[in-house]
Amino acid sequence: MEILTAIFIQPFIDMVDDPVLFLQVIWEGFVTGILYSLIAFGFVLIFKASGVFNFAQGIMVVFAALTLVGLHENGIPAFVALPITILVMYGLAFSVEKLVLRSLVNQPDIILFMATIGLTFFLIGLGEFIFGGEPKMMISEELLLPYDSITFFDDMLILQEIDIAASVIAAMALVSLALFLGKTKIGIALRAVADDHQAALSVGVSLNTIWVVVWFISGIIALITGIMWGAKSDVSFALSIIALKALPVLILGGFTSVPGAIVGGLIIGIGEKIGEFYWGHLVGGSIESWLAYMIALVFLLFRPQGLFGEKIIERI
Amino acid sequence: MFYREAGQFKSTYVGDHELFPIKQDRRGILFILFLSFVVVPLIANDYWLQAILIPFLILSLSALGLNFLTGYAGQLSLGTGGFMAVGAYACYKLVTSFPEVNVIIIIFTSGLFAAGVGIIFGLPSLRIKGFYLAVATLAAQFFFEWLFGRVGWFYNYNDSGAIEVPVRNFFNIIVTGPTATTQARYMVVLCIVSILALVAVNIVRGRIGRAWMAIRDMDIAAELIGIQPLPTKLMAFAISSYYAGVAGALFVFTYLGSAEVEVFDINMSFEILFMVIIGGLGSISGAFLGAAFIVLIPILITNLPLILGIPINAATVEHFNFMILGALIVIFLIFEPHGLARIWAIVREKLRVWPFPY
Repeated sequence: MEILTAIFIQPFIDMVDDPVLFLQVIWEGFVTGILYSLIAFGFVLIFKASGVFNFAQGIMVVFAALTLVGLHENGIPAFVALPITILVMYGLAFSVEKLVLRSLVNQPDIILFMATIGLTFFLIGLGEFIFGGEPKMMISEELLLPYDSITFFDDMLILQEIDIAASVIAAMALVSLALFLGKTKIGIALRAVADDHQAALSVGVSLNTIWVVVWFISGIIALITGIMWGAKSDVSFALSIIALKALPVLILGGFTSVPGAIVGGLIIGIGEKIGEFYWGHLVGGSIESWLAYMIALVFLLFRPQGLFGEKIIERI
Repeated sequence: MFYREAGQFKSTYVGDHELFPIKQDRRGILFILFLSFVVVPLIANDYWLQAILIPFLILSLSALGLNFLTGYAGQLSLGTGGFMAVGAYACYKLVTSFPEVNVIIIIFTSGLFAAGVGIIFGLPSLRIKGFYLAVATLAAQFFFEWLFGRVGWFYNYNDSGAIEVPVRNFFNIIVTGPTATTQARYMVVLCIVSILALVAVNIVRGRIGRAWMAIRDMDIAAELIGIQPLPTKLMAFAISSYYAGVAGALFVFTYLGSAEVEVFDINMSFEILFMVIIGGLGSISGAFLGAAFIVLIPILITNLPLILGIPINAATVEHFNFMILGALIVIFLIFEPHGLARIWAIVREKLRVWPFPY
């Protein structure tokens, strides 16, 4: 009976007793969720445009952040290092298309997926080889990111300015991407490819260019994510494991849905923080590492296509 | 010329159904078995056995398991490390709870726990497949990593949080624990792997294996010819996890000696997946070739600069290891998606017709 109370009643009493703390937990989850959303967004973009399940998105986040920090460590000012990093991400997109994707056209999806796992390992090795394996500090001050905190309710609710900035920048990135996809010629071509490869080819859209573009955009999103995440903790390869959390986000939101990625990210982010805070201590803590996957697993059983996904997913 | 089945006629059904219908294959297998059972224990030193052969055999067992699931039944799994951990911890709990039961029996039993867990995590495969399933199996990976790291009961509330393998013997020969000789541990691993590999060959060429392949190739067609997807897929998960579980138990009991759950992290899952890809999806010999490849590459990368006399520090070697592994995966997928087993098949075909072109 006590166990049932601890599971089903006590957490809710705690929530109502201390609503400010509850808000704080939700806020923490919201901020994490935004970062999950950003990573998931990069996944969805590539998946829609090329049907490739890009496992390397997580490591691209680390790689971009490492490149930025590494360049700065070598004496390049932050605002020069930023464009160089973007160039590096373009180079990465270009070489991935040239060396990997182009040679694997028409292969089964699973082969392409495994190729991106190979790419993940390659990027881990390359990143560590060039910049070293030890965790690094993100250069948030040089990038003019705020680092104070704002407090409400007599210092009970603490919002880090960096988190607010992250949310704003993420929102701006998503809006500008939506505009890019909706208004520009490349954006429309990209959506055409996402809808139907062959139809897009037949009206003269170059698939190869589009692939470079989507990988490049995903690279930029990875860079944004990397800066934000790096500013919250530090830049290390542990981040790539955390970035795998974007996978349950995708399941929740659907692989092909951009709004799904955003909503899914927020649900997972907030859900796992609440779960950890109010229920985690019952089973020994740190359930954050798997809670997201379990939520996704249970969700899959009832709604395999995700919240916003298309119904055409393969199922038995 | 060297490898020709001409003149080898079968006059009975039993003969026709033989495991290795071609004489050269039979001799080759017998030769390999002779080498591994008799010659290797006599001549190999501890370094070879401990650093190369034992991990090679154990990992090929695990790759064999994953190959059932991914190569034969077509279900992508990223949770092999988790299932191996289940096997290892089940074995540890059983050995410490029932000290009087023979350790070999316990190793075989612990696979059953992994199989049960595999069935549970295979349940989503009935509704989803492909990438969605891959993510579902990641749940197993992270859940078990957490479970065995956090819940003290599984490691008997050790202060270190690690499981220490107790000394156990088998017919008066110490086979596990710190005092076991490398030769004894090698022989245990070799026997178990040989038995399970023999079983594997028979599973995939029998009714179960055919059902798996039918599901893999086209599930709707398979259903139409009377294969039930539910039991078939769950069977694939169960048998695959059984092999992974036994491999996990062996990994801790005969290779590491003591382990924390971090041994079975997600990189282990990927490593096994790479073995299956490089070796060849849907091939028994591929699992062994792939495992040999993945085990040998880091050793080669570590030792090559030493042999050539180039000074290189350990960290750089580690980085190169990752880079070369990643690059090799991509290269393999581009040039030979069917892996080393396919290359071997091509070589065999060439040997068969040599010296003629065809």
